[in-house]
Amino acid sequence: MKKPPDDIDIELRMLVEAVYLKYNYDFRDYTGASQKRRVVVAMRAMECETVSELQAKVLRRPEAFAQLLQYLTIPVTEMFRDPEFYAAVRSQVMPHLETYPSLKLWVAGCSTGEEVYSLAILLHEEGLLGRSIIYATDINPVSLDAARRGVFPLDRMRLYTENYHKAGGKRAFSDYYTAAYGGALFERSLVENVTFADHSLATDTVFSETHFISCRNVMIYFNRRLQNRVLGLFHESLCHRGFLALGSKESIDFSSHAKHFEPIARREKIFRKAGQ
Amino acid sequence: MNALPDAVIEALSSRRIEAVVIGASAGGVDALVDLLPALPKIFGPATICILHVPADRESRLAELFASRLALPVREAMDKGAVEPGTVYFAGPGYHLSIEDDRVFSLSCEPPVHYARPAIDVLMESAADAYGPALAGILLTGANIDGAAGMQKIRQCGGLTVVQDPREAQAATMPREAIRRCDAHLVLSLAAIRELLPLLETT
Repeated sequence: MKKPPDDIDIELRMLVEAVYLKYNYDFRDYTGASQKRRVVVAMRAMECETVSELQAKVLRRPEAFAQLLQYLTIPVTEMFRDPEFYAAVRSQVMPHLETYPSLKLWVAGCSTGEEVYSLAILLHEEGLLGRSIIYATDINPVSLDAARRGVFPLDRMRLYTENYHKAGGKRAFSDYYTAAYGGALFERSLVENVTFADHSLATDTVFSETHFISCRNVMIYFNRRLQNRVLGLFHESLCHRGFLALGSKESIDFSSHAKHFEPIARREKIFRKAGQ
Repeated sequence: MNALPDAVIEALSSRRIEAVVIGASAGGVDALVDLLPALPKIFGPATICILHVPADRESRLAELFASRLALPVREAMDKGAVEPGTVYFAGPGYHLSIEDDRVFSLSCEPPVHYARPAIDVLMESAADAYGPALAGILLTGANIDGAAGMQKIRQCGGLTVVQDPREAQAATMPREAIRRCDAHLVLSLAAIRELLPLLETT
């Protein structure tokens, strides 16, 4: 038995509908509970009494939408998050990628770029960065700007250094950055072949064939319908036997695409496009 | 069984519980070891347990309890349905919510009260999904997480049960919850043990 929606649930649906109609950002298939929490936080920060008031403000003032967007997206990430994942990419994926003369990789939902720089470091150490093109996409322009800049807080470097070594990194992590602009500025050569671009997994289509897609802790914010859409996009983009990496708690078991991917590292959530 | 206190009878009258959320922090593992074996072999509601555990440690709670309980025990999975008669644990490092269509969802948003998973996040979402059909049980803890969640459960008509702070290993969490939510029942762990199986038949 389902309980009738509260006023705030009705208002939330109207807000995301309005955002879609006006700004073409589609949050309609995001999971409700965490979205509701984020909108309530935004509502308070933007000094609105109700979600309806927030909606009116956002409709009439694009800068208010830009502000709301920072709450609707979830820029929480870290370098070499889940080190064992990166260790598995190094040992189980890189040897396959090495066999291609040129590589295309896609970090979907790259947020502020920490995973992009992590992946670039890995490719660099395996001698593959020079022949790689990385597409790093997100819907949040503020996050994309931060990703382009590649300056991360200095106080995170201790954790990132630890992660890097747990992930099998053999060098001094500090070789990859210089302290500057009040943060750690990462080596520009790492992102020479990275294209940072606006792309929505909810509304856009596939733009390139890729060998490896990383989309970690992005689809947890999507409902099953949108998860299916995204897995469909990835399936279309990946080359024959291409690789897909998800977050450590993500699963494709509930998706109609489950049979199109086979796990090669179950715990680390690395999949390979199934052969025909 | 002993005669039930009037407060318990009143709190349970004309209620049909479909889900039980149990939250705890410091001392929580011991409390659950004591409490959960009281769940009967056949138990209708889904039971979702959430403890504060370090994010960098692989949680073994589901494994630990699987061997001790007659009911199936699992770690809650993203987009997995909340099945009746099953005991779930929130895994480390992610917030756990329940959606209105009664599937779990995970999120990596920042910690709430230094905790991820946070009890408030789970309880608030579960209160939305289940309304009066939810029971919230808050146990020992040295943190104020859970108080807002219990308050929300109360507002949505659910049953609120708090461990007596005087006997809790850490009193802060139950004490704050009592202050915020005007709990239906404040009981000793032993009394909550007796209450658990009754949530089935009411």
